[in-house]
Amino acid sequence: MPEGGIQAPPMLDAAVAFGRVLRGAGLRVGTDRIVEFARAIEEMDPARRDDVYWSGRITLTSRPEDIEVYDRAFELFWETGGGAKPKPRPKIRLSVPQPDRSVMPPKKTVEKNESGEEAVRLRYSPVEVLRRKDFALYSPEEFAELQRLLADLRLSGALRRSRRLEPAPRGRNDPRRTLRSAMRTGGEAVRHRFRKAKVQPRRVVLLCDVSGSMAPYSRALLRFLHASVVAGGRLEAFSIGTRLTRITRELTTRDPDRALRQTAGAVRDISGGTRLGDAIKEFVVRWGQRGMARGAVVVIFSDGWDRGDVSVLAEQMQRLSRLAYRIVWVNPLKATPGYKPLAAGMAAALPHVDVFLSGHNFESLEELARAVAAATERER
Amino acid sequence: MNNASGERRGALPSGVSHFRELGVRLRENDYLADEGLSTAIFLSLKLGRPLFLEGEAGVGKTEVAKVLSRILETPLIRLQCYEGIDVYQAVYEWDYARQLLHIRAAEAFGGEDRERVERDLYDREFLVSRPLLQALEHRGPMPPVLLIDEVDRSDDEFEAFLLEILSDFAVTIPELGTIMAERPPVAILTSNRTREVHDALKRRCLYHYIEHPSFEREVEIVRLRVPDAEERLARQVAAATEKMRTMDLYKPPGVAETLDWTEALVALGARELDEQLVEATLGSVLKYREDQQRAANAGLAALVSGVGGAGRDA
Ligand SMILES: Nc1ncnc2c1ncn2[C@@H]1O[C@H](COP(=O)(O)OP(=O)(O)OP(=O)(O)O)[C@@H](O)[C@H]1O
Ligand SMILES: [Mg+2]
Repeated sequence: MPEGGIQAPPMLDAAVAFGRVLRGAGLRVGTDRIVEFARAIEEMDPARRDDVYWSGRITLTSRPEDIEVYDRAFELFWETGGGAKPKPRPKIRLSVPQPDRSVMPPKKTVEKNESGEEAVRLRYSPVEVLRRKDFALYSPEEFAELQRLLADLRLSGALRRSRRLEPAPRGRNDPRRTLRSAMRTGGEAVRHRFRKAKVQPRRVVLLCDVSGSMAPYSRALLRFLHASVVAGGRLEAFSIGTRLTRITRELTTRDPDRALRQTAGAVRDISGGTRLGDAIKEFVVRWGQRGMARGAVVVIFSDGWDRGDVSVLAEQMQRLSRLAYRIVWVNPLKATPGYKPLAAGMAAALPHVDVFLSGHNFESLEELARAVAAATERER
Repeated sequence: MNNASGERRGALPSGVSHFRELGVRLRENDYLADEGLSTAIFLSLKLGRPLFLEGEAGVGKTEVAKVLSRILETPLIRLQCYEGIDVYQAVYEWDYARQLLHIRAAEAFGGEDRERVERDLYDREFLVSRPLLQALEHRGPMPPVLLIDEVDRSDDEFEAFLLEILSDFAVTIPELGTIMAERPPVAILTSNRTREVHDALKRRCLYHYIEHPSFEREVEIVRLRVPDAEERLARQVAAATEKMRTMDLYKPPGVAETLDWTEALVALGARELDEQLVEATLGSVLKYREDQQRAANAGLAALVSGVGGAGRDA
């Protein structure tokens, strides 16, 4: 890095302003971190660019993905114009898929009843109808209703035995609790206490295709991802398009609209093309094989249209299936009568998929929740 | 009460007041840190904050703690995390066998008053301290280096507990009371990122992501760590591992593997790399069968040709 001179501004003010810029760019920078940053620069040379750069990076970032954002913001803030004047936020596209007005049905229809009076009937889908309605045909009002339905849907992985032990009526000897009970009886009647492995749900990893061809469904599916993440549990979410983006953190914000806005900000390839194979490879290499996919239930939401090389997809699906406990593929096209996996990507992936579902309506998402929670035959 | 975390005395080695001086010390102890890492370690010592180091396998995360304990001339206390680790393995455990003996003995002599037996039972002498407690109980001119290695292998519950310890540098043992550190230990946490460690824990720490070293730096590390390796061999090895890192392997070689490989080659008397030597020693740099296969398919000769540092060092 070149050594450029930076005019030393009043440090705390500058730190606060810079923190604001970073926050605008999506980093989680609390006041505590900003104070830490200001203290760090005091120990370094505030007039030297690299000292400021590293002090900030070390105190204000907390994961590798932050670094790119930090670098851009740093350049913008400290190197153009310089000093304490906060610049407008760095160029990061914030966009959210807008409701498609063309599929919005008229709010009310006016009809004449038998007695000839005009009656206004709200075309409000009763819940049972809504549960079966194709997401692509949803009106904005129905999305609001969907939100309520989703709140009751829990996505929880099949159970597995963890290595953590907990008290149990039978199992391995638990000296700690045995001793305590011995104490109570003065060491006479030693009643043995036991513990055994705690049972824990498996991690669930959701990979959601956000490319153009999935657009009619991504709005509903992202809401589903959000509801699942907010409900808590061992869950990770990623978007796939031309690249892979981890969106778990963005989705933890409780308010769905805000969460989706943040997600759209983080995902820079919404409605672009899909390079399924490459994106899944990135997942396998960067996250999956390091542990995230091991023994996990992996759910892929995609129509299987892949602009990349399908042999990459086939190979990566095989790698993934060796790591994961189960792979569920959700493809809304499957709901089409007479559907055949014609998309080359879908055909290449299917041999490695354990459960194939449509996910085009709420009922099918309930089916998905059951597939995610189910134990395999041999475990039952 | 004197809260150790409120006290922010730095723990810099004597004679070090700038990150470059620290870099020199690290080098004297066979560790090559770039500017970012030197700064991170320097600030962590100076501000008395735990340092969270993340990065691929074998990039030298664990080694940072080891080198620091040498430079600071203070003990290294290591807590290796694993799935299912809990407070009893990390902090303390009562010695049940001895406690039970104690009760039995008291019974045998008879007449002893129950309350007293019970009180004695939870005496410090029956407590076995595990790494975290050892770090808090340490007394000496310098706080110890506390290495919490591979935090990502533990679970959320344990993380929440670590967060508490790293905030207060104290633990409460119900039967004994609160034990507090005299001075916060020099804490180094490492993660391979097998999963995302919780934000709250990271926010207690300074953060640095260690990348694979640049070509020139890796050559330097090899020369430093395997002094018997000739310059030419060191450059060829570093160039070949650099290529392997772009090959999409299950386990791309880290610095650890570069060093293992060089040692294997030196042991064979190699002064220069060629295809046969690569074939004979491939297992010391690529530890998985599939990875060896992949490299072989790509052609081992390609690993030896050309020079390293493509686009990484200006
Ligand atoms: N910058 C460096 N200077 C000198 N030696 C290094 C450097 N980086 C790594 N090494 C050497 O490489 C080996 C691996 O380092 P270390 O065990 O610290 O890696 P790690 O990042 O902790 O890996 P893992 O994630 O597998 O635990 C050690 O022998 C260490 O001495
Ligand atoms: Mg290590």
